[in-house]
Amino acid sequence: MSATTRTPTTPESRTTSTSARLLGDRRLPVLVTAGLFLVMYIAGLSRYQNYGFGEPQVFLNLFIDNSYLLVAAVGATFVIMSGGIDLSVGSVIGFTTMLTAWLVQDVGLPLLVVVPISLSVGAFGGFLMGYVIHNFEIQPFIVTLAGLFLFRGLCLVISKESIAISDSAVSSLAETRISLGVGDLSIGAVVALVVLGVAFYVLHYTRFGRRVYAIGGNEQSALLMGLPLGGTKIAVYTMSGFCSALAGLLFMLYIQSGDPLHAVGMELDAIAAVVIGGTLLTGGSGYVLGTLFGVLVLGLIKSIIQFEGTLSSWWTKIATGVLLCAFILVQRAMTARKAT
Amino acid sequence: MAEPQPVLEMTGIVKEFPGVRALSGVDFRLFPGEIHALMGENGAGKSTLIKVLTGVHTLDGGTITLDGKPVRIGSPLQAQQAGISTVYQEVNLCPNLSVAENIFIGREPTRAGRIQWKRMRSEAAKLVDRLGLDVDVTAPLSAYPLAVQQLVAIVRSVGTGDSDGEGSGTKVLVLDEPTSSLDRDEVLELFRLMRQLRDEGVAILFVSHFLDQIYEVCDRMTVLRNGALVGEHMVRDLDQVGLIELMIGKALDQLEELHDQQLHADVGEPLLKAEGLGRTGGVAPFDLEIKKGEVVGLAGLLGSGRTELARLLFGADQPDSGKLTVGGEAVSMSAPNDAIGAGIAFCSENRKTEGLVPDLTVRENIILALQAARGWTRPIPASQRDELVAKYIAALDIRPANPEARVGQLSGGNQQKVLLARWLITQPKLLILDEPTRGIDIGAKTEIQKLVVSLSEDGMSVLYIAAELEEVLRLSHTIGVLRDRKLVAQLTNGPEITTSKILETIASGEHQ
Ligand SMILES: Nc1ncnc2c1ncn2[C@@H]1O[C@H](COP(=O)(O)OP(=O)(O)OP(=O)(O)O)[C@@H](O)[C@H]1O
Ligand SMILES: [Mg+2]
Repeated sequence: MSATTRTPTTPESRTTSTSARLLGDRRLPVLVTAGLFLVMYIAGLSRYQNYGFGEPQVFLNLFIDNSYLLVAAVGATFVIMSGGIDLSVGSVIGFTTMLTAWLVQDVGLPLLVVVPISLSVGAFGGFLMGYVIHNFEIQPFIVTLAGLFLFRGLCLVISKESIAISDSAVSSLAETRISLGVGDLSIGAVVALVVLGVAFYVLHYTRFGRRVYAIGGNEQSALLMGLPLGGTKIAVYTMSGFCSALAGLLFMLYIQSGDPLHAVGMELDAIAAVVIGGTLLTGGSGYVLGTLFGVLVLGLIKSIIQFEGTLSSWWTKIATGVLLCAFILVQRAMTARKAT
Repeated sequence: MAEPQPVLEMTGIVKEFPGVRALSGVDFRLFPGEIHALMGENGAGKSTLIKVLTGVHTLDGGTITLDGKPVRIGSPLQAQQAGISTVYQEVNLCPNLSVAENIFIGREPTRAGRIQWKRMRSEAAKLVDRLGLDVDVTAPLSAYPLAVQQLVAIVRSVGTGDSDGEGSGTKVLVLDEPTSSLDRDEVLELFRLMRQLRDEGVAILFVSHFLDQIYEVCDRMTVLRNGALVGEHMVRDLDQVGLIELMIGKALDQLEELHDQQLHADVGEPLLKAEGLGRTGGVAPFDLEIKKGEVVGLAGLLGSGRTELARLLFGADQPDSGKLTVGGEAVSMSAPNDAIGAGIAFCSENRKTEGLVPDLTVRENIILALQAARGWTRPIPASQRDELVAKYIAALDIRPANPEARVGQLSGGNQQKVLLARWLITQPKLLILDEPTRGIDIGAKTEIQKLVVSLSEDGMSVLYIAAELEEVLRLSHTIGVLRDRKLVAQLTNGPEITTSKILETIASGEHQ
């Protein structure tokens, strides 16, 4: 008799059936999203074959057209993974487009100087929010809501009108394409993919990344285990601010203008992408690769609706809403299973 | 004999919470190479002393010196860096991470900042092995039962410091009730490890409500009562009775008479009858009859299916075979609500995750089940409610006796009593108690056992699950023995039944 021999009660137990093991697997939500993307893509292929949906460039455009969203969603993934939320994403993006447009166009600074300034401003904004959240123990929802209003307001301080950018450095950067043989990618898309890769490495191969998971899993425990709670949380919001600012730069590059109303509500798109990508809203579980698929699914809905031609673009929102509901229900079912 | 210098010395420690003075001027010292028990009743301030030491709570007065130097410890992280590793009373790990990560997080082996997963896993497996524990370190912690989680927490604390030369190595190891959910073999493994560490010069602070364990493994002890120091003694100089009297501040009356009382009580007509009730993966089909006013005890090793059997009776798990009748009527038991309706109450072993709402007050927590039973549209009149709550606070001696205190701030043992009060107040016909005395001090243990006897005299049936066979034997009219998820025997309690007889039955798996 060996009383100390224990096998796990749920997932990895060798006696449980394959399906039960699959249901308990943390990677399942990502696989589901990836599968959904594939199904949608194949459906698109069969329906719009004659309209050029099968062109590789259509696929690559998903990355080009959503580069900024991907970067913002990667930042949001860190925040949500740590059990928090960042509502200021859209405003920071909007503010960054205004700030860069103003600095380049009206002040006349070179792009090389403007980029680091914008990124630092975004990161500093995130740092401040993280600092307040941790040191005054205020709900992230409230603090980042304040950030949302603050940055949107600051846009209007710079200018009430939109600022078109006619700087040659900006437009040549925006038009640069990197050829992949079958098609090409914009600078923005490449930057977004690099950010994704870095985020993946950080989350899985650094102590900081694992702390983010731990804090999202159980903040009180993480503290008692001797993890630096404050530093990690502040770093997470700083990163989210940085990613938002970077997303703002990509957005500016994509649209080539600054506007006080750019990216209104984009934080919600970012959060939706993260959740559809399988990250638990309560924190502690998920993968940044899932976020990539979340963004791709949202992007694919948009382009399918474009191919359809007759549908109003509001259908994008409706489809997103339905998907979000479905995925939250799936998450709920999964966590309920684990609890038993 | 000249005493060596203590590795840790706490003097005049004061800690106040709003309305409670948890520690008033406590002195405590810990020598290298000793196992030191911190003793006291529920709420005496043991966990608080530990939390002050490890920087979870800030100090309101007093000094701490480590290796003769005064230190200020502001967070658990600083405590770890100073060489103090701790297992807190409630398991504090991250259920979403793997076992290996839970052991290593914060000090994962890295090369150039990159976590070396392979090395981490193999080292985790080695550490786990050292405790004689056979778990898959890559599985998420949440896949394992509480006892394993507790062992993992211990592995983590023991491993802290000696991984990659960071930190100064563990000088002080603090274990706050690490044995509360372990079975005998696991406890022995833990003791072996503790002795080994002691011989390596580590100072160990150990808290447990099992007096036998204290006498088995500890060298010295410090006794607290109501947040004040009562005394420091060598274990060999103080016998159990003396210790208990120091802890509770008065002489203890005997439990023996309870046993006689139970043996001679007679019980009424059948209340609950299970026929062929079972669930694959839970318990094999069993027949069980519980009579009115009868106490049925369940004995068996950890994981033998005691809790699973209880969960079936309560409808928390759905049976795939058999039927259940309560008071002659068949009940469907598809959900706990049906069971509550049929007069069954279930007091779970897992108070942290399944029972209490830490942010509500004692009063609200106690009243919860009664209110649910009445339906939310029929509130309980305030006067009646306050009277009931006061009655049960007194009956169970919940401390502080303040119905408005938040449950999360009560000591572990007092939380357990609140949970018990919640179910007692609904006046169930059958009360299922799963490990009701876990983590409870000796005084309260006696109280709870007395309570079970008096409830049964008043006609309430009780299903009593406890790891301590003495308790089961003392209280039960009938003892159900489980082994490998099967009800293998039902013994009618009598003079010829002893703990060794029960152990034999568990070991052989049949009634002789
Ligand atoms: N966070 C808190 N806020 C307010 N009061 C608290 C808090 N933590 C503990 N207390 C109070 O301090 C006293 C000592 O509690 P403590 O947890 O140290 O007891 P203990 O000796 O560990 O008991 P047990 O054996 O039940 O674990 C109790 O009266 C408790 O209610
Ligand atoms: Mg305690």
